Amino acid sequence: MSVESLIFEKGATGRRAATLPAMDVPTEALEGMIPAALLREKPAPLPEVSEIEVVRHYTHLSQRNFGVETGFYPLGSCTMKYNPKLNEDMAVLPGFARIHPLQPEHTVQGAIQLIYELERYLAEISGMARVTLQPSAGAHGELTGLMLIKAYHQSQGQGHRNLVLIPDNAHGTNPASATLADYKAVEIDSDPKTGGIEMDHLKKVLEAQGANVAAIMLTNPNTLGLFDANIAEIGRMIHEVGGQLYYDGANANAVLGITRPGDMGFDVVHFNLHKTCSTPHGGGGPGSGPIGVKSHLVPFLPGPLPAKSEQGYYWQDAGPQSIGKVRANLGNFGVLVRAYAYIRFNGPDGLRHVSESAILNANYLKHELAADYEIAYPQTCQHEFVATAQRQKDEHGVTATDIAKRLLDFGMYAPTIYFPLIVHEAMMIEPTETETRESLDSFVRVMHQIAEEVHTQPELVKTAPHTTVVGRLDQALAARKPNLRWTSGQETTH
Amino acid sequence: MSYVPNTPEEQQAMLESLGLSTLEDLLEPVPFEVRLHTPLDLPPALSEPDLKRLMGRMAARNQDLDRTISFLGAGTYDRSIPSMVPHLQRRSEFVTSYTPYQPEVSQGMLQAIYEFQTMVCQVTAMDIANASLYDGSTAMVEAVLMALGPGGRGEVVVSAGVDPQYRRVLQTYAFARGFSIKEVSVQDGVTSLEDLRSAVSASTAAVIIQQPNFFGCIEDVHAIEPIAHQGKTLFVSVITEPASLGLITPPGAYNADIAVGEMMSFGNTMSYGAPALGFMATKQKFMRLLPGRLVGQTVEEGGKKQTGYVLTLQTREQHIRRERATSNICTNQSLLAVGATIFMAALGKQGFSELGELCVQKAHYAFRQIAAIPGFEPAFSAPFFDEFVIKCPVSLSKLEQHFTQAGILGGYPLAESYPGMDNAMLFCVTEMRTKEDIDLLVAVLKEVQA
Repeated sequence: MSVESLIFEKGATGRRAATLPAMDVPTEALEGMIPAALLREKPAPLPEVSEIEVVRHYTHLSQRNFGVETGFYPLGSCTMKYNPKLNEDMAVLPGFARIHPLQPEHTVQGAIQLIYELERYLAEISGMARVTLQPSAGAHGELTGLMLIKAYHQSQGQGHRNLVLIPDNAHGTNPASATLADYKAVEIDSDPKTGGIEMDHLKKVLEAQGANVAAIMLTNPNTLGLFDANIAEIGRMIHEVGGQLYYDGANANAVLGITRPGDMGFDVVHFNLHKTCSTPHGGGGPGSGPIGVKSHLVPFLPGPLPAKSEQGYYWQDAGPQSIGKVRANLGNFGVLVRAYAYIRFNGPDGLRHVSESAILNANYLKHELAADYEIAYPQTCQHEFVATAQRQKDEHGVTATDIAKRLLDFGMYAPTIYFPLIVHEAMMIEPTETETRESLDSFVRVMHQIAEEVHTQPELVKTAPHTTVVGRLDQALAARKPNLRWTSGQETTH
Repeated sequence: MSYVPNTPEEQQAMLESLGLSTLEDLLEPVPFEVRLHTPLDLPPALSEPDLKRLMGRMAARNQDLDRTISFLGAGTYDRSIPSMVPHLQRRSEFVTSYTPYQPEVSQGMLQAIYEFQTMVCQVTAMDIANASLYDGSTAMVEAVLMALGPGGRGEVVVSAGVDPQYRRVLQTYAFARGFSIKEVSVQDGVTSLEDLRSAVSASTAAVIIQQPNFFGCIEDVHAIEPIAHQGKTLFVSVITEPASLGLITPPGAYNADIAVGEMMSFGNTMSYGAPALGFMATKQKFMRLLPGRLVGQTVEEGGKKQTGYVLTLQTREQHIRRERATSNICTNQSLLAVGATIFMAALGKQGFSELGELCVQKAHYAFRQIAAIPGFEPAFSAPFFDEFVIKCPVSLSKLEQHFTQAGILGGYPLAESYPGMDNAMLFCVTEMRTKEDIDLLVAVLKEVQA
């Protein structure tokens, strides 16, 4: 166990790291340019550290962090696959990394071309008419998609529709986005056997409130890793009452080249390029959440959209029905460059092989873990599945949290735990296609050993982790007495 | 081509252990009716060297800022990035990690974000800050939603000096949420106090200004603050050029309730404008209303009580509170926040002030030289930081031709966002421009005039 002190606790008065360009112009007194009352009185109390201190400090911090390149990362619903080095190199080419969003079109032909082509690739992969690459992440895409539905309904004289149906196993962003778009979220039960939508419940809700339904938001395969075989029927039912179908693309790593949201009946889809297209997650972003739509929603898309003429590529302003901009500038271009490289590298057959292999790895793990852990839904899964610690909890009081923490001791990240909410002691496991059979087998061995430990020495598991730089941290204290920033005089305890 | 490591033979063996014979067997849950029966219509796979060549050519079709002299700002700033920043930021343990749900193996990212939150407070002089938001424009919207509170109805007052793109984004959210927007005009480059006074009423939830504003002008925040604070209004200050904080009064010193803005230029690549780095800082009393992730310091459970960092106050967030969350934001901009943190640490206390001074001196040198050319006139007399507006005696398209020939990327043509401001150009001069660059710009403008 060790502590890395904060950068604010390092250095000495007068030290500095970065040098700045020379002051090579004739200067004038500041007060002559800016009134004294508008000048900063005291300098910002930033650290005073040398270059070697900066470099060692952040190198140490990186060493206290676990990434896909450190080891196996089976975090369900997050698609923590390998992020190709090639893509990182492409994103920092000066022609992509050193361009300004307001440059004249003729000076950024390559950038608009990349966006133009990527839009078409994503439209093809999702079975949609057009795609906007502007939304910044999945949740931003959800909100954008719901705004499109709202604008569409208003244009049809259906502005009264105020309900968004969301299954009980949905990602938390779905209901939060619905609220943000000024809709009321209505929870739909899932079928305890199939894990899909409980059709009778859906029917009842539609009979009672169909005229007020704006949309249903679905993930397919859903968060249980199960493909809802009723999807076409659900689509027909929702469309019949005048609602729209929204596809949460968080689990799109299972469908590439196999099925398309557009063909399933969806009207709007978002991608998580930081999942499906293997752009790195960066410890919590940047992501990218493009939105694809069927043709009836195209007039409402945020502008501008990329276009091509004989003179070259250009930005076409949005039409009068557009919902408007959802962020400044043109989308997370640095992420889009990586996604473009990923799609071009894989090609159509490669992308299908990605999904098939992800599904194989998940089913293989599910099969191998079934001896030691309950599997919430035993049928063939897609890219992920939900195991549980129910048996371990019932027999020895060991929880999903304990097992997750113990995994960290073996140099592996933990599954997503306690999600989806409908499964008790859930451990949602998504191995992805980029893991070797050996790494899957080694995860199985570790999970088996932990299951043994639960029998023989449960305290060892309940007090894990034991080998990490810190042990379990006091979350209750953090929330009760929030300390969100360092202040002078505060010291870290060693 | 594939990043799938297992060979077809290995996959076959895995299938057999499942009692299956082909990969196709695993797709049985997907009904025939919704299957894709043809291969995706995409270009064929490319090898790494071939793809590098293709994308290298695409990149070369863009005129990047290493090959041109840019006077373009307007919300996105050309900034020097010390080499240590990308080297540290791109360490793969940071790059390839997810949101730090397991703190024991994510202390590095959590501590870096805690340091980011602290540095945002240090430069803005605010009490607390969150872990980042998508970009400056959406950070501004989140501030407005905070001010409006649950339900999101009400009215917000926004200065026309706020970045036009940001105001367009605000309009989009206003449509979705059902709040209304009152715009306050700009007089001589700054927010009209008279107009502001008549716009603010008992039903105003927030007053939004930008400092320095879109024209580069420094608003008289001391005069604006008491007007903005009538009734229960929250005063929101938007900062798109964070280098200004090295030199001018920070929002905490003029009693802003929420400071939001854009910090991409601190250590991150420009990348055609994004990924960007939205930040939000506020007063202690609004802590539980904050959107987005927050990192807190705590100690270990049990005996040892060693310091550690966790995501905290998560009951505000979508994955716990679902439809009652303070925001729907999940993924944010962590890696860019790491870049900004390293940048601010590298610059340090002294460097941060010097950065501000470099920008202001270089911009004012350029301003004096340009204003001395007959026909080129300053649009406003208000004080400015590193951007200023010049009314040009010729059409801007003619100007652009001269710029292109000289290898210059000119300023932002304001008429695109402010109808009536024909021939007005917003020039930006950051620390990156040398005296030689500025003298070349001046020479080109003189030539145009002649």
